[in-house]
Amino acid sequence: MPPKEPTLTRPLRRSFVKGLLGSTSFWMVSGHSHWAEALAQEAQKPYQPTFFTPDEYRFVEAAAERLFPQDQHGPGAQTLGVAEFIDRQMESPYGHGDNWYMSAPFVQGPANLGYQLPFVPRDLYRKGIAGLETYTRQQHGKVFADLPSAAQEQILTALEGGSVSLGDVPGRVFFEQLRTNTLEGAFADPLYGGNKRLGGWLMLGFPGARADFMDWVNQDGEAYPFGPISLSGETA
Amino acid sequence: MTKKHADAIVVGAGWAGSILAKELTEAGLSVIMLERGSERTTAVEGAYPDSIDELRGAIRKRLFQNLSQTTVTVRNTIEQTALPYRQLAAFLPGEGVGGAGLHWSGVHFRVSPEDLRLRSSVVERYGEKFIPEGMNLQDYGVTYAELEPFFDKAEKVFGTSGEAYRVNGKIVGNGNIFDGDRSDNFPLPVMKDTFTASTFRAAATEAGYHPYSLPAANASSQYTNPYGCQMGPCNFCGYCSGYDCYLYSKASPNVNILPALRQDPGFTLISDAHVLRVDLDDTRSKATGVTYLETKTQKEVSLSADLVILSAFQFHNVHLMLLSGIGKPYDPISNTGTTGRNFVYQTITSSRVWLPPSKYTNQFIGAGGVGVAIDDFNSMNFDHGPLGFVGGSPVWVNQAGVKPIAAAIGTGGGGTPRWGSAYKGALIDTYKHSIGIDAHGSNMAYRDVYLDLDPTWKDAYGQPLLRMTFTWKDNDIRMNQYVVSKIEPIAKAMGATKANLVHLNAGQPFDTRHYQTTHLGGGAVMGTDPKTSALNRYLQSWDVSNVFVIGSNAFPQGMGYNPTGMVAALAYWAAYHIRTTYLKSPGPLVQA
Repeated sequence: MPPKEPTLTRPLRRSFVKGLLGSTSFWMVSGHSHWAEALAQEAQKPYQPTFFTPDEYRFVEAAAERLFPQDQHGPGAQTLGVAEFIDRQMESPYGHGDNWYMSAPFVQGPANLGYQLPFVPRDLYRKGIAGLETYTRQQHGKVFADLPSAAQEQILTALEGGSVSLGDVPGRVFFEQLRTNTLEGAFADPLYGGNKRLGGWLMLGFPGARADFMDWVNQDGEAYPFGPISLSGETA
Repeated sequence: MTKKHADAIVVGAGWAGSILAKELTEAGLSVIMLERGSERTTAVEGAYPDSIDELRGAIRKRLFQNLSQTTVTVRNTIEQTALPYRQLAAFLPGEGVGGAGLHWSGVHFRVSPEDLRLRSSVVERYGEKFIPEGMNLQDYGVTYAELEPFFDKAEKVFGTSGEAYRVNGKIVGNGNIFDGDRSDNFPLPVMKDTFTASTFRAAATEAGYHPYSLPAANASSQYTNPYGCQMGPCNFCGYCSGYDCYLYSKASPNVNILPALRQDPGFTLISDAHVLRVDLDDTRSKATGVTYLETKTQKEVSLSADLVILSAFQFHNVHLMLLSGIGKPYDPISNTGTTGRNFVYQTITSSRVWLPPSKYTNQFIGAGGVGVAIDDFNSMNFDHGPLGFVGGSPVWVNQAGVKPIAAAIGTGGGGTPRWGSAYKGALIDTYKHSIGIDAHGSNMAYRDVYLDLDPTWKDAYGQPLLRMTFTWKDNDIRMNQYVVSKIEPIAKAMGATKANLVHLNAGQPFDTRHYQTTHLGGGAVMGTDPKTSALNRYLQSWDVSNVFVIGSNAFPQGMGYNPTGMVAALAYWAAYHIRTTYLKSPGPLVQA
């Protein structure tokens, strides 16, 4: 039977790309619409990290939740699937720094001249997490994920402020990487594994892929009335 | 074996290259256009809904230059070691067919007439001594009246929406009172104001300023341009800047020129062709063709040509001139040479005001070229005498469609939390109820701000990277601060509950880590004196007369307006003089 047309509530499912997902080869052949459908399908399944070790994954889950916590404003990183998003990104061209200029020599200079380390995102996470867990055990005697929220916040504050060195990786660099990817995971289309059930977009009032606002160009400050829709047709 | 020959080779398939290729094929020339990036068409990169994916688009930078192959190095001062620009951030050049013209927003300005003769204008009003030490203030060598027909032509090709103020000396509408005279109206009616734009318009009027609608190369209705290329009406989806417009509503070379050009038997487009150099003869005063690398096969290919048009992005044009030995490289110590001289940028700072919680600004609704601006503090439109700086800045609300990832990454900082619960609350409030207001201003040229070749780092093809020496100077910082202070009465009149006015600070160096603007300029400027300009007023190299260099590289200083409209007009201006004069008798159009 041919696949049915997608509807607003039921994303189109196809299985032929199963197994290719997450691999570089998939991304390289991904310049067509099947790519969105395949990613959407993958995002529905229970997730097993492929890049992060179980311990690293626990760290990413815990740290992302502190950066973007569940609270009165709405869902946090854990509910939104941010760790899954980051793990999947590590297997994408981005994780390998595909469009970064990575030619030597690597010379450190003033911060305003930008990133000058020989590490791509995968390296930054591997080294950053190892360095931060060493620091956390020294300071608190436990791994990050087992600490109370207040201690986790204290560590992240120190990291952001630049007072923690993680060996090869300056703490601030790792913090910015983690913060950026966490926020991407909260608000990217759900087909990348985060923003589950469009929770990030609902919180902001962002309507996703509607992309047609002729009826609401100027309604004198009235809120846009329609909820979000994802690239694969999921609604909330 | 003889090399393949074309009458003209055009380097770069963006706006400038597409315009020149179109004009030269119309003149009957065989034209080969080389583009180092890949082929791009709206049917592929613009296909809905993949095209409106923020992560894949503006965040992972699908349509932008791939820095892994080549980039620039940047330093603030001559004493520093320049370091590679390893990650796209401060500016975002394009790559692939369409160039930056595929991912641009669509703000389609002309030029403030006085900006074309800024040195003369400043000297006439305030005297020579008003110009700060070390500022290379120059005229373009072309007047607004001379360029007007070409601005008009570009607007008709782009399908630009707008409201004129004065046409043929007669006031016709509520356009910008500071605009130069126009020979015709905009080809399409003005785009609607978003809620934020109408709020700004009313408040700016109340504050005593003169608001006008930004001219937008986003089609307010269906349109067929003089080439027979069609555009569909814009629906304010908000995916202009950083995206290929899925509705064929935003002007791009891909939509507005290439569909016609591709049908011309005299035209050949070769993509994935990275030009390594312009080949010169032994006298170094004549180009014989170009050599490029087929990036897919890594094979070097040489082509011969009678005429070479450099129409890559601003700094790539300068890079190619330096790599090819076209003109004398600029030396800031001896103050000699012109290739790399007068490298400029723009000053841009983004302020924000918050409306009461009952008002939703729906910032995701928008179009790249749409908005309301004031020019009361741009160009020579106000008295600089007591202020003691040169230049100015429009101020505008340009709601291009704010996406959630960009909003989330940009919220916080400057003493407010960048993560945690308080951050989340601020993000939601800011996204739902705030308005961004930009001061998008000029940047003057200085003796120690320039482009040359880097001594250390190389690109993937073994050639030295281009080196930028650039920082903010006191004149421009004070200009920005003055203009930003003028936002305050507008914010008050808007009924803002809070305002965060952002300006440059004294001594603040240029920071490559945060997006500012892709409006880089200069480095191979046009002018009337071969000692201070690389190009004559027809954008022809003073040194190699069969090379024309088209782009914002020709701007002697950075203006307050977005550059694309000016680039397109200069492209048509140069093409006109190539067609009417140069081709009949090849050689210098102006004697040095």
